[in-house]
Amino acid sequence: MEILIAVLIGVLFSVATYLLLTKSLLRVVLGTVLLSHGAHLLILTMGGLGLGSAPLLGEEASKYSDPLPQALILTAIVISFGMTALLLVLTYRTYKAHQTDDLDQLRGRLDE
Amino acid sequence: MSFLHIAIIAPFLFALIIPFFYKKISSVHTGWFVLVLPTVLFVYLLTFIPTIADGEVVTHLLSWVPSLGINFNIHLDGLALLFALLITGIGVLVVLYSVFYLDKDKESLHNFYFYLMMFMGAMLGVVLSGNLMVLYVFWELTSLSSALLIGYWYERKKSRYGALKSMLITVSGGFAMLAGFSLLYVMTGTFTITEIIAQVDVVTSSSLFIPTMLLVLFGAFTKSAQFPFHIWLPDAMEAPTPVSAYLHSATMVKAGIYLVARLSPVFSGSSEWFWLVSGFGLFTLLWGSFNAVRQTDLKSILAYSTISQLGMIMSMLGVGSAAAFYGYKAGFTAATVAAVFHLINHSTFKGSLFMVAGIVDHETGTRDIRKLGGLMTFMPITFTISIIGAFSMAGVYPFNGFLSKEMFLESMLHATDITSFNMQSLGVLFPVIAWVASVFTFVYSMILVFKTFRGNYQPEELEKKPHEAPVGMLIPPIILASLVVLFGFFPNILSHTIIEPAVKAIYPVSLTGVEHFDIHIKAWHGFNFPPLYMTISIIAVGVLMYLTLTKWQKIYAFLRLHKKDPINYFYDGIVNRIAPIAKKITKVPETGLLRDYLAYMYVFFIVLVGYTLFHFGGFAIDTNNVAEIPIYAWVLVAIIALSAILVPFITNRVIAIIATSFVGFLVALLFVMFRAPDLALTQLLVETVTTALFLLCFYHLPELRKEKTKPVFKWTNLFISIGVGALVTTMALSSLALGNKKPFESIADYFLKNSHDLGGGDNVVNVILVDFRGMDTMFEILVLGIAGLGIVSLIKLKMNGKEDL
Repeated sequence: MEILIAVLIGVLFSVATYLLLTKSLLRVVLGTVLLSHGAHLLILTMGGLGLGSAPLLGEEASKYSDPLPQALILTAIVISFGMTALLLVLTYRTYKAHQTDDLDQLRGRLDE
Repeated sequence: MSFLHIAIIAPFLFALIIPFFYKKISSVHTGWFVLVLPTVLFVYLLTFIPTIADGEVVTHLLSWVPSLGINFNIHLDGLALLFALLITGIGVLVVLYSVFYLDKDKESLHNFYFYLMMFMGAMLGVVLSGNLMVLYVFWELTSLSSALLIGYWYERKKSRYGALKSMLITVSGGFAMLAGFSLLYVMTGTFTITEIIAQVDVVTSSSLFIPTMLLVLFGAFTKSAQFPFHIWLPDAMEAPTPVSAYLHSATMVKAGIYLVARLSPVFSGSSEWFWLVSGFGLFTLLWGSFNAVRQTDLKSILAYSTISQLGMIMSMLGVGSAAAFYGYKAGFTAATVAAVFHLINHSTFKGSLFMVAGIVDHETGTRDIRKLGGLMTFMPITFTISIIGAFSMAGVYPFNGFLSKEMFLESMLHATDITSFNMQSLGVLFPVIAWVASVFTFVYSMILVFKTFRGNYQPEELEKKPHEAPVGMLIPPIILASLVVLFGFFPNILSHTIIEPAVKAIYPVSLTGVEHFDIHIKAWHGFNFPPLYMTISIIAVGVLMYLTLTKWQKIYAFLRLHKKDPINYFYDGIVNRIAPIAKKITKVPETGLLRDYLAYMYVFFIVLVGYTLFHFGGFAIDTNNVAEIPIYAWVLVAIIALSAILVPFITNRVIAIIATSFVGFLVALLFVMFRAPDLALTQLLVETVTTALFLLCFYHLPELRKEKTKPVFKWTNLFISIGVGALVTTMALSSLALGNKKPFESIADYFLKNSHDLGGGDNVVNVILVDFRGMDTMFEILVLGIAGLGIVSLIKLKMNGKEDL
């Protein structure tokens, strides 16, 4: 299972990287979203996917899945959400200010 | 803290109150106040002569940074005293001269005297320091104050050019010297000069010996304007003439000479030192004298003459260093005696000649010898002084330059006696070069005097009607010229008091047991004395060449030397081209395109992490301990992967958003699968809000276009992204395998056990978030808050006072 997820993480990272390297600002933002999915899954997988019960003590199971990576990912999800939201508004603002979302055109002047 | 420490620091402190004198007591020339300090210091230093002449060394210890071995130690021996007396003595004369040279109302005197005092203190620090690091600090201070003084008339372009040039050259030498000193510390474990000299065996046997020597010599050669680093000195002539007389003839340019002499006990005795010091010295002597003849500006002649004379002193120190090879036997030390003697003589006659040039400039408005001429009748005293100075420089009896020139020729002739260092074959070059250079020296000395004071008087070329300078301006050169004559007739008044202790300092007497150098300088050695005939032939050939000057001066044009020193082409080329080249080089990686920078980062990530992973054998796959894969997991993962891969190809923005969100929702499903209900919940919510946000924004954003990139970029991007993905997978697999190989107990059990009892909750994830690791959550809330504020301010922001966008 872990190997399969590791490959999936690799795919997510690849796609995210490819999107980050494109010209369109929107694709770059989509890339960051996919990158954070990959990172969250990576944290979860590294904790081991020994399928126990959910970490709810009321379940009275003999084996629970690891709660710490889940807590870490929860924090990470919220933070990446904040970042994505800010980035989106920044993209909107950039487009309004410069009338382009092409990263090749969004650059300093050559004589700077 | 001794009086000698105070003597070094005093000029710096005094410099601080100079602006006060200038502003508050503006009716009196500030120079008069400044004159007090060098006079006091000179008299104070004179009191050391008897002590030092007895062979004693005055040392005072003062801790500065003892943990690094850097201490402000005073080491006053013969060599240091000689230099200190030159610095303060000529300092007095130069300050006096500057009082009459610089106009009190037109010049910013507070700047001038501030820099001058700073220089004097720094120079005293260089020669009196017993610690190499302290010496280096003062050394750089002399470079700095020299650059400030050269750029004194900073509104002139040439002054700034000269200041920058001297700064670049001397400071690069200074840095090299610092590296050399550090290597000496590495070898000996101390910065104290005497302790380094005591460990001379350690230094000479070390493999760092040659690099250290080269670095130290680089510093000394740049400071003392040795070929090819001499080019800054002619351009330093843009400084006011008192500065040229003081810094660029008598004191600062001799700091390199001082350093060579001071460290001679460490390095001399090796053939590399011998050849470098004497070789560069001789070539500088020849080059300087050869180029001085073609100059038309009085100060340029003097600048090249200074270069030449410094080369001469350097070559004598080089030849003298052979004495160390022969165990300091008498006979080989003569060259060093000559070097020390000529050092004194040069300071006297060159100082006076610069002052003469300044007077001529001051009284006629030009220094160009093509415009000058026939000034003898207008300025008889100046003429007399310049005759004395120039003839002494040319080496004519009865002035002191004659004596040191003869000693120089003699030591060069004796250089062939040295039986080591390949001197049997090459030694014959030494007297030949010395003779040729002396002929040129004679010629330019004659040009200096006779083109200025004899010949045709050209009143139409001159800005002012020439007349004799004021008395105050004449006193300093008169004193120096009298010293020239005095040392010429009575050279031995210096030999036991000054020269002998200085030579003793250059030769580590304590090591060899030689207690006394019998120094007896005399003018007449009898007819059986080869240098006498060399001198006669120099004068004869020199006179002949001076008379036929116009005929053979074409050689300079032929050699393409008539415009500027060819080394300047290198310097200007480097300085002018280095910025454009740096700009070009910077432009290559810095394209201004975000994706290029991202590409660099990814490539470095792949290369560095990949190399580390495979080089240290970190890659491993371990299928033990791996959970089983249910069939629905295959399907789920395949769908996620596929929809993610599709995202870059979608050109419809809504579909691109939906595809991305689809991935997010499926990841929530994965969380469900992996028994993470809170994660799944949050992921669902966040994904929903994010999707809504995307849709909101996309409404205002342009349509996605098909990427118009060159295939090269496309393939590179694809390659990089596949590399990143593959590397992340590899790392994940390797770390899983490593976790199986060296398992550590997870702290999950602690949370699971104590969540109920300590945290009072059964949802372990939530207890961790708000109880065990509540701090994370607090700052995560802060992050959200800041992001929210950022969004609000971005939306509300009005740009350029216009309405909201």
